[in-house]
Amino acid sequence: MVDIYIMGKHYRVPDSLTIMAAYEYCGYRLIRGCGCRTGACGACATVYNFANNPTLKYGLACQTGIEQNMCLAPNVYFPAVKPVYDIGKLKPTVEQILKIYPELITCFGCNNCTRSCPQELEVMSFVSAALRGDLATVSEKSFDCVMCHMCTSRCPRNISPRNVALLCRRLFGDHLIPKSKHLDDRIREIEKGQFDAEYEKMSKLPTEELRRVYENRWIEPA
Amino acid sequence: MPYPAEIEVSVRKLEASREKRLNTKIPLISTIERDTLVRKYHPDYAEAGRRQLLIGANKGQLFPVELANQLEGNSRIDPDKIDLDKVDYETDVLIIGSGGAGLSAALLAQENGAKVLVVTKLRLGDSNTIGAEGGTQAADRPNDSPVLHYLDTMGGGHFENVSDLVWAMVNDAPMVIRWLEDLGVIWDKEQDGSMRELKLAGECRKRVHSCKDHTGLEVMRVLCDEVRSHENIDVLEFEAVIEFVMDEAGRMSGALMVNLETNKLSLVRAKSVILATGGLGRLHTMGFPTTNHYGATGDGLVMAYRAGCSLLYGASIQYHPTGVAFPQQLAGMLVTENVRALGGQIVNVDGEEVACNLEPRDVLASFIIRECTKRGRGIKTPAGDNGIWEDIPLIDIIHGEGTIAQRLPTMVRQFARFGIDITKEPVLVYPSIHYQNGGVKMDTYAASEIPGLWVPGEVGGGVHGRNRLGGNATLDIYVFGRRAGKQAAEFSKKEKLGRLTLDHVRRFQQELVKLGIADQRPFTPMILPNYTREIPNYLPENYRNTLVVNKMLLT
Repeated sequence: MVDIYIMGKHYRVPDSLTIMAAYEYCGYRLIRGCGCRTGACGACATVYNFANNPTLKYGLACQTGIEQNMCLAPNVYFPAVKPVYDIGKLKPTVEQILKIYPELITCFGCNNCTRSCPQELEVMSFVSAALRGDLATVSEKSFDCVMCHMCTSRCPRNISPRNVALLCRRLFGDHLIPKSKHLDDRIREIEKGQFDAEYEKMSKLPTEELRRVYENRWIEPA
Repeated sequence: MPYPAEIEVSVRKLEASREKRLNTKIPLISTIERDTLVRKYHPDYAEAGRRQLLIGANKGQLFPVELANQLEGNSRIDPDKIDLDKVDYETDVLIIGSGGAGLSAALLAQENGAKVLVVTKLRLGDSNTIGAEGGTQAADRPNDSPVLHYLDTMGGGHFENVSDLVWAMVNDAPMVIRWLEDLGVIWDKEQDGSMRELKLAGECRKRVHSCKDHTGLEVMRVLCDEVRSHENIDVLEFEAVIEFVMDEAGRMSGALMVNLETNKLSLVRAKSVILATGGLGRLHTMGFPTTNHYGATGDGLVMAYRAGCSLLYGASIQYHPTGVAFPQQLAGMLVTENVRALGGQIVNVDGEEVACNLEPRDVLASFIIRECTKRGRGIKTPAGDNGIWEDIPLIDIIHGEGTIAQRLPTMVRQFARFGIDITKEPVLVYPSIHYQNGGVKMDTYAASEIPGLWVPGEVGGGVHGRNRLGGNATLDIYVFGRRAGKQAAEFSKKEKLGRLTLDHVRRFQQELVKLGIADQRPFTPMILPNYTREIPNYLPENYRNTLVVNKMLLT
């Protein structure tokens, strides 16, 4: 058992719990701050510190194990900058990014964003890449972002690194990665109805016959 | 060392048998053998834990008790206390749920000229889609075709799928991949732009499109951003829809929703309603853990059933063969099927491979349950749960060092937090509730039997038969979400609503009372599960019910 504090109240809980499970163990029914419960969605990102150490720590409540003297409190909601845009009509350039997120240029490299990321991403590094218009690097370095907003909450310049990175990834995906030719070809074939006759025939087969076709189909090696 | 010493003994056996397992290929079993195995070991066919429904369109059919109780639940409202003349929100298309199906529908509805309101009981985007790791099927490579995708899907579903639904899905698939790409989704690709595709269990070609192991997250980030980029789409978060509203002509006409923090009830009037509430893992049917997100409590099924819809394969639930069994902090969490696609094998306590790693999900789940129960050759976790090995380090042996780190970054991070390095050690898994195979009966536009109600995605039923293939869920949601969104927008332009009514709720409640079961059933939909330790209830008996109904909606 370990001692923890939820909004200042003392509880003793088994040390095998996560922060999220500790809340529930102590009787707190979660409404906000709980999502996939598997570390994929960012809904439960939380700030905590310790009774004997006030330095703030950041983690996903569903993925962070409980520790002695942890002090927990639920997170607050705040709106972040999110302009409206039509991704198809934008250009994949640094000028475009700065037009949508002008505050980006004021980043002075304090690195609070990186320190606050529960996914341990190099946030400031992809913010810098965005400033250089290097969309490939932003996409690669921010790809594990769970959109939790911790970085946004800590930025003294009101930059939302998660939203900037999302814009960059969308620009990269839509405008810079080559489109797939075999995908285009298949879409055209389907539009021409090229497979309809074969389906008509197959859909009329009795189940036993369909079962035979299925079991005898060629299976491509993995 | 992550595993206790007694379990490490079994890890050594697994390591010792690796070379032999790499060189011996276990064949797939036949479809007839599949049926026999599944009927004997799959939880859908278990004798205990299921009962007949006593009420509604599927009366007489066997359902897991947990789901049956929800479907036969008491309404959370008293229709006589609701003023249906006081409308709080008015919209063309109401969308309930904000996962992949709901947001695809929202985008297509607005594209087709409708004013859209998206209502979700959690945050925008919180859904099972966001946790989907594997990928999305689309038959777009030259050696593949929609017909082969159709055949695989039918075989995986034991040939009980609704044929037209399957064809609609596989035909739209390549177009949907392109749609998402044009919105900025970064699919895994080769340098020249061609798709890098995987083959999951039960599939005869490589056709699963992925975004590392963040496929659902990547798509949801993009869809949420896109939804927030349209001024004719409004979003309300932390509002739970608890009942439909219909009109006198029997058309779906809106819904009642409750603010989860204040319990204030609001009425939405809508010309079209799209129900995209997903599945039910959090009901923990048959006592299993789940891979599902916090809100997957089957609310949509309950409300649609109460309104008169019938369910198709409503009792058919997918137990994903590889849910985490250890560490306990991750119990139930999904180990993506990509692990098996990349060569990960299922291995018992003695280091023997249990079955071909590419058996469809229900078949492999049945194999694992048989191995751990009847044959007693599973591994007991420190908490006393059953587990079987999934040999992940094999992937680096087959594909080269670094593959696991590169292809499965989420999973590496998740296990590292608890001291398990999955590039070096196997993980313990056991079946975990993953998906509702069936659902509300629908047509190829995801239209339900009630005019004005569409049911795209997991809440709808028929396309997957009695077992869904990997990569077909995230396909289903975009395909039928888009189809529903377009048709619902068109419908909303020509329809005029009549006088609103809650008679369907009254009728259902009267029948519960008549059968004498009302006081034995919970208030439903569940909205959110309750994982708190029980706090003693000090309320006087007489007041308890009133309080439960009127105040404590989450109880």
